[in-house]
Amino acid sequence: MGVNNVVNRGIGYARDRPRAAVVAAFGGYLLFDLLLKIAGVDLGPIGGAIPATRVVGYLWNGLVIGLVIGLAGIGLSLTYSILNFANFAHGDYLTAGAFSGWAVTYIIAGLGGAGRIGQTALYLLLGIGSYRLESADLVSLVLLRTPPAEAGANIWLSPVGVVVGLVVAVLATVLVALALDRVVYKPMRGQSSISLLIASIGVAFALRYFVAFVFGNSRRIVTSTTKLPSVSIGGAVINAHEVSLVVAAVVLMVGAHLLLQRTKLGKAMRAMADNRDLAQITGIPTERVIRWTWMLGAGLTGAAGFLLVLSQSGLGFTSGWRLLLLIFAAVIMGGIGSVYGAIAGGLVIGLASRLSLVWLQGGFASFARPTAFALMILILLFRPSGIFGGVKTA
Amino acid sequence: MSDRDVTPPVEGDAGPRELLARAFRPDAVKVTALFAGIWVLFWFLSVQLGYPINGIVSTIRRVTFLSAVYALAVLALNLHWGYAGLFNIGVAGFLAIGAYTTAILSGPTGGTPSGLGLPLPIGIVGGVLAATVVGLLAALPALRLKADYLAIVTVALSEIIRLAFNSRAFSGVTGGASGFDSLPTNPVRSLLLSEPGSIISTPTALGRFVFGLAESLGLSRLVAINVVYTVGTLVVVFFVYHLLERTAKSPFGRVLKAIRDDDVATRSLGKDTRDFKIRAFALGCGLMGLAGVLWFVTGPRSTVTPSNFRPQLTFYIFIALIIGGAGSNTGSILGAAVFASLLFEAPPLVSTLATQTLQVSAQPANLIEALVPLASGNLAPLLGFLLSNIDTLRFIGIGVLLVALVQRRPDGLLGARKETAAAVDLSAASRPADRGGSDE
Repeated sequence: MGVNNVVNRGIGYARDRPRAAVVAAFGGYLLFDLLLKIAGVDLGPIGGAIPATRVVGYLWNGLVIGLVIGLAGIGLSLTYSILNFANFAHGDYLTAGAFSGWAVTYIIAGLGGAGRIGQTALYLLLGIGSYRLESADLVSLVLLRTPPAEAGANIWLSPVGVVVGLVVAVLATVLVALALDRVVYKPMRGQSSISLLIASIGVAFALRYFVAFVFGNSRRIVTSTTKLPSVSIGGAVINAHEVSLVVAAVVLMVGAHLLLQRTKLGKAMRAMADNRDLAQITGIPTERVIRWTWMLGAGLTGAAGFLLVLSQSGLGFTSGWRLLLLIFAAVIMGGIGSVYGAIAGGLVIGLASRLSLVWLQGGFASFARPTAFALMILILLFRPSGIFGGVKTA
Repeated sequence: MSDRDVTPPVEGDAGPRELLARAFRPDAVKVTALFAGIWVLFWFLSVQLGYPINGIVSTIRRVTFLSAVYALAVLALNLHWGYAGLFNIGVAGFLAIGAYTTAILSGPTGGTPSGLGLPLPIGIVGGVLAATVVGLLAALPALRLKADYLAIVTVALSEIIRLAFNSRAFSGVTGGASGFDSLPTNPVRSLLLSEPGSIISTPTALGRFVFGLAESLGLSRLVAINVVYTVGTLVVVFFVYHLLERTAKSPFGRVLKAIRDDDVATRSLGKDTRDFKIRAFALGCGLMGLAGVLWFVTGPRSTVTPSNFRPQLTFYIFIALIIGGAGSNTGSILGAAVFASLLFEAPPLVSTLATQTLQVSAQPANLIEALVPLASGNLAPLLGFLLSNIDTLRFIGIGVLLVALVQRRPDGLLGARKETAAAVDLSAASRPADRGGSDE
């Protein structure tokens, strides 16, 4: 009786919404196949054997990268809905945040930690004692050229350095975004979304190569894993950097949620995303809201850039640009303008890009990114309001 | 304006400036003047750098070739964005489809990876058709999206295409990340040499003439071959230009412009706008495929590798279109030439020349080492750093230029966009002299 009911309801659902039924059936097939693979049951075309520990590893890595994408996606989604254009420079904001934040972390860590710097500053003020800073090459520290182990760029060796670096990444990206808004986007308020999009391509070029001009165009390893604590859970190795990333990302996301839901500013932002003209005639100071939008969006993006390096450890001047399309995919998947959609979309994209490796093996492993892009195209074509159904910034 | 009302325009009493402006008006003159200017500039630069005659000619040839292939790609993009208002930023993907298909069809058998060894014309037609078909498949669902969604879809599609060519899974067919190595023979070599593979083999009858001419100018055979190829590319640009000019002025082209300006109004006049858009998109994609073939497969020093087809390439082509002014075919050619020569090729040469003439020896390793000596009034390290980083600086400049153009001159630096609603020219100059001005 119960089973019959469920089957009948399922058939009715499939008849009403055939497309959704196909997606659900495909998802169900993949889940079933995954379970068979973990159980090690080989049924010819489906099933097979894949160690459960590897799946756990994929899930953890997917969560980590998904949180970074989600965090950056909030910023992209906010500017997309409130300023009404697809910001192609968003990835380069992320790069700028990563470089500026880590430069500060390197200085603090390389000079022997915040304690030493504070002590020396105190001695200098009081005119007593001697300089106690390490004799480090400041220039190569600022430009992230010191080998990471030597600089001690690691949350265990220099926790204060990493925290201060994160704060600086946020502040620096906010400054960059405000300056660019003043110079580039402010004179263009009210122009078509395509004009703004083209301008953002110009901004992307200028910003990306400015970073290359200052920091050089070689890709480098930034963090060191020397003495870094790590635990193995279910076969997946989880290190302190990844844990701190998850904590920081969740805290920032909750902060963004509170800001948008509990403050008047958040209400004004949501009103502007819904209808700018209406917001303006109700007396919302649109320019100030736009400024706050950039600050919030860019701040989260800068943090995402810093945290990306914390977990992946590699950094080059194209790092953010390479991530941009995945961020777009997340934002589109969650529905443009929805902050929670961006977070959820980021997690979906992150998890899908790693979990897809269960099926994409050998030479096909490089198809993880194309798969995410294809998913994005399909959603734009068939469900442009996002998989969660067009929830606004609410 | 007022004296035009009393005296109808007569050829004789125009001032020299107006005469110059009038003479400069025809599009052919603009293009010729720009190319002549570019050639003079690069001739000057390479003479100053002390290049031998072969070096001078190949520098000019390289710049011309790059301008020509950019012009092909920009013309095709102009059909999408300038005429039909389709914001396609997946150009690199369509160039890749054309280039890879031709390479695979006409590459010699037995190479790594092995091509099919078909004659080159079949390969080129195949490449163009493949790009057209992919464009058609992409257009069918994608063109109903609004402009910024179409942008994201096309750029994602071009990345999917590039990553597929890059993948190890198909490396037996595409060559994977290292690219398709065994390219078909340059058609000019087959035309001029009895054994296309060997540059010292006996020339054909035509080859004897060309190489004789080259030798009398002191040019090597290799330079001669590349010059002939570049001239051939210019001829293709000429034909594509005329094809697109005809298209733009045809009823089909007028509908496209109407769609760009107001889709709803066009639909309410009974035009199936979607059908027009799809055809324009597919035609443009085919031309992009052709550009990809001439640029990356058969051209001088060509390589077909996935890294050629990054989204940056799309943006370069797009910037060239914006410089020239979207909606104008002549502007497309001018923009392509300005971008490829002045923005892309000239800065490194100018930098080398400046380093030599100013005798800048300081080469600081980074910006800070370059800036610190400024405190003591020493400019040389900064100058040296700027000159040695010209490659990076030029991209900053390109980005700034794009922003400035969108803000100040959205119709392009050379603003040649002309819209004629009527099929015949209605401007004052073409009216009978006795009626001139009376009905203005």
